[in-house]
Amino acid sequence: MTEHRDYQGAKMGMWIFLFTEILLFGGLFVLYSVTLGRYPTEFHEASKLLDVTMGTTNTVVLITSSLFAALSVVGLQRGSRKAAKVFILLTLVLACCFLVIKYFEWSHKIHAGIYPGGEALTQWEPGKQAFFGLYYIMTGLHGLHVIIGMGVFLWVWTRIAVGTCTPEHFVALENAGLYWHLVDLIWIYLFPLYYLIT
Amino acid sequence: MTTEAVNPGFMASGGKSWVREWLFTLDHKRIGMLYLWCITAFFVVGVLLGLVIRLELFWPGKDFIGQQAYNAIFTLHGVIMIFIVVIPSIPAAFGNLFLPLQLGAEDVAFPRLNTFSFWLYVLGGATALVSLFTGGGAPDTGWTFYVPFSAVTTTNVSVAVAGVFILGFSSILTGLNFIVTIHRLRAPGLSWTRLTLFAWALYATAWIQVLATPILSITVVLIIVERLLGLGIFDPARGGDPILYQHLFWIYSHPAVYIMILPAMGVISDIIPVFCRKSIFGYKTIVGSSLAIAFAGSLVWAHHMFVSGMSDTAVMVFSFLTFIVAVPSAVKVFNWLSTMYKGSIRLEPPLIYALGFIFLFAMGGITGLVLGSAGTDMHVHDTYFVVGHFHYVIFGGTGFGMFAAIHYWFPKMYGRMYNRKQAIIAALILVVGLNGLYFPMYLLGLEGMPRRYYDYLPQFTSLHQLSTYGSWITFAGLGLMLWNLIRSRYRGEPVGRNPWKAATLEWTLPSPPPTHNFDTEPVVTHGPYDFSQVRDDD
Amino acid sequence: MNENEQTKHHAPGYGLFIGVWAALMVLTSVTVEVSTIHLGFLNVVVAMTIASVKASLVVFFFMHLKYENRTLKTMVLVAFVILAIFIGFTFFDTANR
Repeated sequence: MTEHRDYQGAKMGMWIFLFTEILLFGGLFVLYSVTLGRYPTEFHEASKLLDVTMGTTNTVVLITSSLFAALSVVGLQRGSRKAAKVFILLTLVLACCFLVIKYFEWSHKIHAGIYPGGEALTQWEPGKQAFFGLYYIMTGLHGLHVIIGMGVFLWVWTRIAVGTCTPEHFVALENAGLYWHLVDLIWIYLFPLYYLIT
Repeated sequence: MTTEAVNPGFMASGGKSWVREWLFTLDHKRIGMLYLWCITAFFVVGVLLGLVIRLELFWPGKDFIGQQAYNAIFTLHGVIMIFIVVIPSIPAAFGNLFLPLQLGAEDVAFPRLNTFSFWLYVLGGATALVSLFTGGGAPDTGWTFYVPFSAVTTTNVSVAVAGVFILGFSSILTGLNFIVTIHRLRAPGLSWTRLTLFAWALYATAWIQVLATPILSITVVLIIVERLLGLGIFDPARGGDPILYQHLFWIYSHPAVYIMILPAMGVISDIIPVFCRKSIFGYKTIVGSSLAIAFAGSLVWAHHMFVSGMSDTAVMVFSFLTFIVAVPSAVKVFNWLSTMYKGSIRLEPPLIYALGFIFLFAMGGITGLVLGSAGTDMHVHDTYFVVGHFHYVIFGGTGFGMFAAIHYWFPKMYGRMYNRKQAIIAALILVVGLNGLYFPMYLLGLEGMPRRYYDYLPQFTSLHQLSTYGSWITFAGLGLMLWNLIRSRYRGEPVGRNPWKAATLEWTLPSPPPTHNFDTEPVVTHGPYDFSQVRDDD
Repeated sequence: MNENEQTKHHAPGYGLFIGVWAALMVLTSVTVEVSTIHLGFLNVVVAMTIASVKASLVVFFFMHLKYENRTLKTMVLVAFVILAIFIGFTFFDTANR
């Protein structure tokens, strides 16, 4: 079979895959929005227990990592494999920062008994318990996607290194970037819904 | 029957091991065949489970299996039939086999993704079966896995729904592949308005697969998380709502029934013009109706929840919207019948099965209106009326669509013809059998017999027995049909490229087609149902 | 035509992306500041509006959708409309109990 390359097709395929991710998280947003509508005061109270500084820092970190992902594509398109690889590494470093901050947030909560089944949480009103149940599921699923996105970028990094992703054929890098931007996009909605409804 | 050999085309052995040539194939036609064989095998398992159910229901009370086993059997019957057989069926088998051919393409857009989809399918099916033998045994929740029972039952729900998750992923990737294939790989001259209606049906279906299935994915993840971590997502004492589970479940599972029926309708739309030697009546309307069904079908899910406790507003809104979905389906039936009017009709097996589809689907579809109308649904929800309805549309509908597809494309796949008389007799036996099996269920439901019940009041006995007799007739029809096909695969009369005198691209290739599909890229100059240029020498 | 040639005429440069990033930073600080003012239910509305503006910047520029063909843009729109329907129609039930 002749080698078949279809740039537009490859991009379209990636976008369609992103739709499935949007709908996957969408199911959780259904649960969140209904529960917020039902327990506005309790959500308001529970949200105060989250650390806005850490949340905002993570937002800045993730958006900046998205910037670097976008710049890596520009670098490769302009012929510089080195620039592309450097920008990818910067993206990955910031992704790690995001996960580290998330780890501290979660461990602090778990230590304080604020987790499903934990001593503190089980005493609270239903609405507050629901807030944290959804918090762990949504940020957990999101964190999983951060890790997957890092893996995708590592894979593309190696493809640039061995020369199968090039300034002439860079759709793999673009598609990795698309996935990463989606991860950023989901956080752009998670951040205010969990940290800013105080 | 004959022992004369047939050029094996893409089925020819390349000298390598079976694993390398089939399990690791990138050829869409081989992938389609693999799906076809797996789906047939699982279908047989599902049918046997159904027969066991009908046998147990012959007399009230325990006949030969216990209550727990009964619950597990109907759960497994549903999970296998819906997720492993019917949802993949036509797209995975015939879509993979013939979509690229109908487009004049070499393969689908992402062949390796296609192979991966098949592996996921096998893995998902195996995982679901593993749940029978591990942990607390086969799930007893029904295929709908409603909370709170699914969160607390000791049976192996987690493994079963993990299998469903994997199968969902397979379905998503198939849909993704088909959308890009149809957009990007059409041959020169093959404009959107010259696509076959089968391709259009697969296109509409693919969008549902891609947009609705992820909701199922997150729903089963939530079941697993709930069983493992006890978050209380659907527990009112912890701020949750069990009705929200039903919303999430049906947001996928209602569009899923359109994943099941649209490809079958596409098959019928391809078959009727060929055997009436007349272009389809209202091509653009049928295209529009497929897209309309896909869209409107995404708006009506809560008609499964009229008695769940949701708000009256929702009951009225969803009931109203449900009536809208019936319209495009009816449009198709009118257009098929109009195509036949004054056509040059050849009563070959594909057309017989297509007519069976129209008849049985209509009988099921009309009762859908009774169910969609909230006032009447109150009385028949969760009764045998529902069971009768969905079996008419899924078995009589998609099932017959699948049988029609097999009988239409069999000569192309195997280069041989089956015994046409036996095929038609099997079809007639099946129509009688299905009516015998499922019509009594409408009556049982109207008289108040609940579904999923292991035992029943004595006054329902004669209708249950009638239904069980119908299941035996159905089984006989299936047996004859399968035996005919399997035997003919090895000994049927060889055929040429175009035994049916059809006008779509797959019929320009040898039977079976070679691995590379087209020697030179075809250039399309006419519509798919334009028979003026079909050669008569095949 | 390789990918480079297909995209050269409209590929954004470093400057545009940095500009978009700066806008996103500004919007982030705005949304944090506004959340400290008590507007009741409107807090959620404002927060979601700002989030959607940020999301649009990411989708149209970082994800390059502004420069893509109409087919792709339509597909993206359809996906978001379907999500909106799934969330919105659920409220026919939960908002009226």
